[in-house]
Amino acid sequence: MGALGLIIRREYRARVSNRSFIIMTFLSPLIVVGMIMLITYLTQLNQAGKQTIVVVDESAMFYKEFENTESIDYLDLSPAGLEVAKTEVEKNNYFGLLYIPENVKKNTSGVIFFGNEAPGISTLESIEEQIQTKITNEKLLDRGVDLDLIDEAKTLVSINIEDFQGERTSKISSWIKAGFGGGAGYLLMMFIIIYGNMVMRSVIEEKTNRIIEVIISSVKPFKLMMGKIMGTTLAGITQFMIWLIIGGGLLTFLTLYLGLDATAPNTPVGNMATTDLDKIELIVLDILNLPLLKLAGFFLVYFIGGYFLYSSIYAAIGAAVDSETDTQQFMLPIIMPLMLAIYVGFFAVIENPDGSVATIFSMIPLTSPIVMLMRIPFGVPWWQLALSVSILVASFIFTVWFGSKIYRVGILMYGKKPTYKEILKWIKY
Amino acid sequence: MTDLLVADHIHKKYGNYTALNDLSITVPKGSIFGLLGPNGAGKTTLIRIINQITMPDTGTVFLDGEPLDQKHIINIGYMPEERGLYKSMKVGEQVIYLARLKGLTKAEAKERSTYWFERLGMMSWWNKKIQELSKGQAQKVQFIVTVLHRPKLLIFDEPFSGFDPINASLIKDEILKLREEGATILFSTHRMESVEQMCDHIALMHKSNKILDGRLVDIKRAYRTNTFEIGLETANDSLSGLQLLQTEVLNSIPSNWEMHEAHFKTINENDLKIQVKIPEDLKPNELLNFLAAKGTINHFVEVVPTVNDIFIQTINAN
Repeated sequence: MGALGLIIRREYRARVSNRSFIIMTFLSPLIVVGMIMLITYLTQLNQAGKQTIVVVDESAMFYKEFENTESIDYLDLSPAGLEVAKTEVEKNNYFGLLYIPENVKKNTSGVIFFGNEAPGISTLESIEEQIQTKITNEKLLDRGVDLDLIDEAKTLVSINIEDFQGERTSKISSWIKAGFGGGAGYLLMMFIIIYGNMVMRSVIEEKTNRIIEVIISSVKPFKLMMGKIMGTTLAGITQFMIWLIIGGGLLTFLTLYLGLDATAPNTPVGNMATTDLDKIELIVLDILNLPLLKLAGFFLVYFIGGYFLYSSIYAAIGAAVDSETDTQQFMLPIIMPLMLAIYVGFFAVIENPDGSVATIFSMIPLTSPIVMLMRIPFGVPWWQLALSVSILVASFIFTVWFGSKIYRVGILMYGKKPTYKEILKWIKY
Repeated sequence: MTDLLVADHIHKKYGNYTALNDLSITVPKGSIFGLLGPNGAGKTTLIRIINQITMPDTGTVFLDGEPLDQKHIINIGYMPEERGLYKSMKVGEQVIYLARLKGLTKAEAKERSTYWFERLGMMSWWNKKIQELSKGQAQKVQFIVTVLHRPKLLIFDEPFSGFDPINASLIKDEILKLREEGATILFSTHRMESVEQMCDHIALMHKSNKILDGRLVDIKRAYRTNTFEIGLETANDSLSGLQLLQTEVLNSIPSNWEMHEAHFKTINENDLKIQVKIPEDLKPNELLNFLAAKGTINHFVEVVPTVNDIFIQTINAN
């Protein structure tokens, strides 16, 4: 085994046998699932308290219309009159009072909700809708229209979106794509930051341990740096693969459990999914219809490319400083483009995946790994993928060269915190 | 005797700072070569150039007659001044890893490290992590790492710093043993007593230049001053006898002999202790004859300049 192979193996082992790596690998999927469950639970908790709304309906059109829901009880106090009802509300600490005047059919602006707190938008909308429907129906009846006829004539339209390669999509699946793309992009950013930091810390460790001199009396600094970056990449890939297997297992389990046929063509989504199970089925089907393998494959490609690009910068920073606390001033050039990519991804890509902003940022090497990953679920022409990957490869070769120049000099420099200017000077040494 | 290492007119600049200025040294095969000099003299730069960690701007280093090349790394073992090992890696694993980086196969590395661990009684450390060892223990591991691949040239930068006296002498003996087995040793230090005990050759560096080099005995001979340290017994070992003798010697000593008080231990309490520097053309016998007439000589020794003296003297002169 050559020196490079030895270094890769050592670095890989050092990363993978680290306790935090093992914990991260198996705990973070649990944490993600746990977070989702917690958020769902908290959202439900927020709606849980049952509210009582007192209705004073002077028009006598509605009091039978309001149906109690999961979160709201309607209490009809119309016979008591507005003033009495108000005191009742205060006395019993009811949530609010809905007042409907007698002439509501002619002038709907008289409907008032009294309450200390404004009701939630969904509550308000549901009340409005009920009043609207009732009045509309009343008016239609007044003019002699048969309501059954209208019901029969009502049509629901859901547009199916299909691209020229025959991949069908729909509105919900657009959101799923955005979710998957965004998730992949975000994950990549986390990977770059976490594993880049690992490389940096390991460089600093060798420097502060002073083992660096022993090693580079045996191998060239460039080999050491590359071995370090590659060993850490492999550790990252290992972690990703474990997650992929866990995720794949989960998806297979869901598919089997729900008895879905993954190969079936996309069913038109938008036929109102009545039960929760139906909704989940539709979502799972949508996920299965995503180019998952392509996404995972390109995740690896962009992870390796983006990671090499950034970690050679990380390695150079690690070499330039003496301790981790000194790295702060050099972090900005790394974090900035990553943040930019995430923002561009979340705003430009999801809005318009093939727009010029999204396209340009998916070509710029510092942002392309994240932005392009977000675009992939929406379908990206092959030539754009090829161009983006080639630019990425060319620029990581450049940064690796550039980083190794700084690395070579930096690892033997002790004592003072260098400035950007000094670091640039090292390249000429 | 042929030369193992020749550094020929080495120049090295860092920006505007000259680290080595036209430096040449020659290390004979089988010798122990001391590279001396104050901090910042350029010793570490020179050592790094020999290790191919940095490249000289001009000049060539020859190992065994060949210009230095990547393939020579297996012929050199280097223990830097700032010792370092991976703290969280197991001792045995680490030694094997570093030996394999030097080009040994896994089996060779395993066999030789077992040999060395047994030789230094360290077998029980094999599965420990470096961070569990004491500093001195880690240094022994580092020593093994340096010598494991049986290099022709061993380079030690301050080899004894950090060792307790027992381990320091153990390492010293090991170094001498390695020399007997055919290795050539280059060490850089400013601990002069170890140079005195071990080195055959020295080179003295100061401010990026070599200011002195050669065989230690030759250098010492060149720096001898014909100075002697003498102890004379006094009558009845009394204070008054001492004063009497002192006056007598002072009055009768030739004027071109330099006499100073000296400090050393004898078994009597009131011996006259002096240091006398006689002109270069005189033999010590003449001094002895002069002294024998004054009283009983119980101490007579030539003051040979220590490496320390030579070091300070040459550096001040420059």
